[in-house]
Amino acid sequence: MGTVRDITAVIVGAGHAGLAMSRCLSERGVDHVVLERGEVANTWRNERWDSLRLLTPNWQSRLPGYRYEGDDPDGYRTMPEVVSFIAGYAEAIAAPVETRTSVTAIRADGYGYRVVTDRGEWRSKALVLATGAFNIPLVPKIAEAVPAGIDMLTPIDYRNPEQLADGGVLVVGASATGIQLAEEIHRSGRPVTLSVGEHVRAPRTYRGRDIQWWMDRTGVLDERYDQIDDIVRARGVPSFQLVGTADRTTLDLNMLRSIGVALRGRLAEIRDGTVLFSGSLHNKCALADLKMNRLLDSFDGWANASGIDAEVDRPHRLAPTAVDESPPLSLDLVKGGIRTIVWATGYRPDYSWLDLPVLDRKGRVVHDGGVITGAAGAYVLGLPLLRRRKSTLIDGAGADAGDLADHMLLYLGNRPASGGNVQGVLAA
Amino acid sequence: MHISENTANNGVNVEALVGAREALGQAPEAAEFTWRATCTWVNGTHSHSTVEGFFGLGQEQSRKTTFHFDADHPEIFASEDKGATPVEHVLVGLASCLTGGIASIASYRGIQLRSVQATIEGDMDLQGILGIDSDVRNGFRGIRVRYAIDADATPDEIRSLVAQSQKRSAVFDIITNPTNVSVVVD
Repeated sequence: MGTVRDITAVIVGAGHAGLAMSRCLSERGVDHVVLERGEVANTWRNERWDSLRLLTPNWQSRLPGYRYEGDDPDGYRTMPEVVSFIAGYAEAIAAPVETRTSVTAIRADGYGYRVVTDRGEWRSKALVLATGAFNIPLVPKIAEAVPAGIDMLTPIDYRNPEQLADGGVLVVGASATGIQLAEEIHRSGRPVTLSVGEHVRAPRTYRGRDIQWWMDRTGVLDERYDQIDDIVRARGVPSFQLVGTADRTTLDLNMLRSIGVALRGRLAEIRDGTVLFSGSLHNKCALADLKMNRLLDSFDGWANASGIDAEVDRPHRLAPTAVDESPPLSLDLVKGGIRTIVWATGYRPDYSWLDLPVLDRKGRVVHDGGVITGAAGAYVLGLPLLRRRKSTLIDGAGADAGDLADHMLLYLGNRPASGGNVQGVLAA
Repeated sequence: MHISENTANNGVNVEALVGAREALGQAPEAAEFTWRATCTWVNGTHSHSTVEGFFGLGQEQSRKTTFHFDADHPEIFASEDKGATPVEHVLVGLASCLTGGIASIASYRGIQLRSVQATIEGDMDLQGILGIDSDVRNGFRGIRVRYAIDADATPDEIRSLVAQSQKRSAVFDIITNPTNVSVVVD
């Protein structure tokens, strides 16, 4: 404590994104440090449930100077395998990581930044926020109206069904997390009611290939943020309903309904211990089916135009999502036997330690493709559609980090030597 | 999704809509609107409502026309049938909201509409409003809307228009989600 160390760049977070940036800065001769509150790949180690596997196949985790070398390119990593892959990367690139170092404050300091940690302070010219988009579970305010005696948890606390009380479970949210938890909890003998809002349906495999193979080969994942019309909307679109399993099954609402999960509309309100569901379930499912079919149409068009129709299976479509004609609109939690509510309603980043005027009224970092607005020499990585559709994938970190490292190099070259402050300087 | 080069002529000013969306995104306080109506009892179950001004874009807004609506009940209810029932006004509200939305979204997507017709039905068990059975709700048990649309688009593009219109519809939201209602007496 008490010492202030000078360095060109500080990277906050030693996940895949922070490490990819570390590698890109090393290649460009920029001295830097990676500050990590826990161990390398901390979130993957400590904040994910037991059965979770990566939603992208092994071959797709390509980082600068590092890739999958095993004999199961189409498999999906377990969490211990993800941790060992990322830890292996940190070692392979000899990343200068300071583990067990929590950043407690970052503020402007002349033409640079002061990074305060529980193990000393750093003074840097440039800054990279690589703490990810999934730090704090989003739980709607109406959770306060849940009657006492009903357990509530978020995906960060959830490990496996055995930790839940016997009895009914209401899972709120039907993106990748919600549908995976709904399935395994229901199969554990705890009947699940699933509240379904806007969701994005996708088959695990299509025409014999992984959905991610199509996304990668057709160039969808490379679409850039500045080529998308409504970027604000696009950045808020939920994740694909996917699961990574050995038999590459498609997990969708039809599958959940077939094993007895009760599908209900979006959770709209809780009144006197009764949950009220929106009457919009039919339309939410229709929207997801239509969107999925547009995506599959685009794959078919690409396959045809690329002349690879013969290399893949024939086109097919999934059955439309089946919904009861009149799904119940309310559920009395106590009378209905609900013992636990799982809020799978998304995450948000944690910037509580960031003392820079760079957040908008909804608490989001304002940036242009990862170049933070209003704080010269500061960058952010790993947010949805940061620079490309693949920005939140392990596979997307390298390209984004490379672009931003180039930007940083230009900035460092043009940066005034002294005087003024970062908010007064426009990045190159 | 993109604005088509060959703009469809559905009588919707797409440029103005896109401009308003952008402007209100940057000035969220101007997006706060208050809509209002007044309703006067006439006789029996017959009432007369008018719609005139509203608040929006930071100030009171007036329009050139005052709109009039009569509501009553049919003769089989021993009423005089001077207007549509209030629940039929609700059906009109939903159908017109969805239909206006379809035209706006079609124009944004460059889809030329030739005809759009909605048929809307709401089922109701009168044992609710008559207080015969407290297990029966007063309102609709369910609402069905059926669209017949002729447009320069594929069947899936048309389905997608109708789905997107529901997603963005105020009345669809009002009907499918709970709303707090406060009624006071002066």
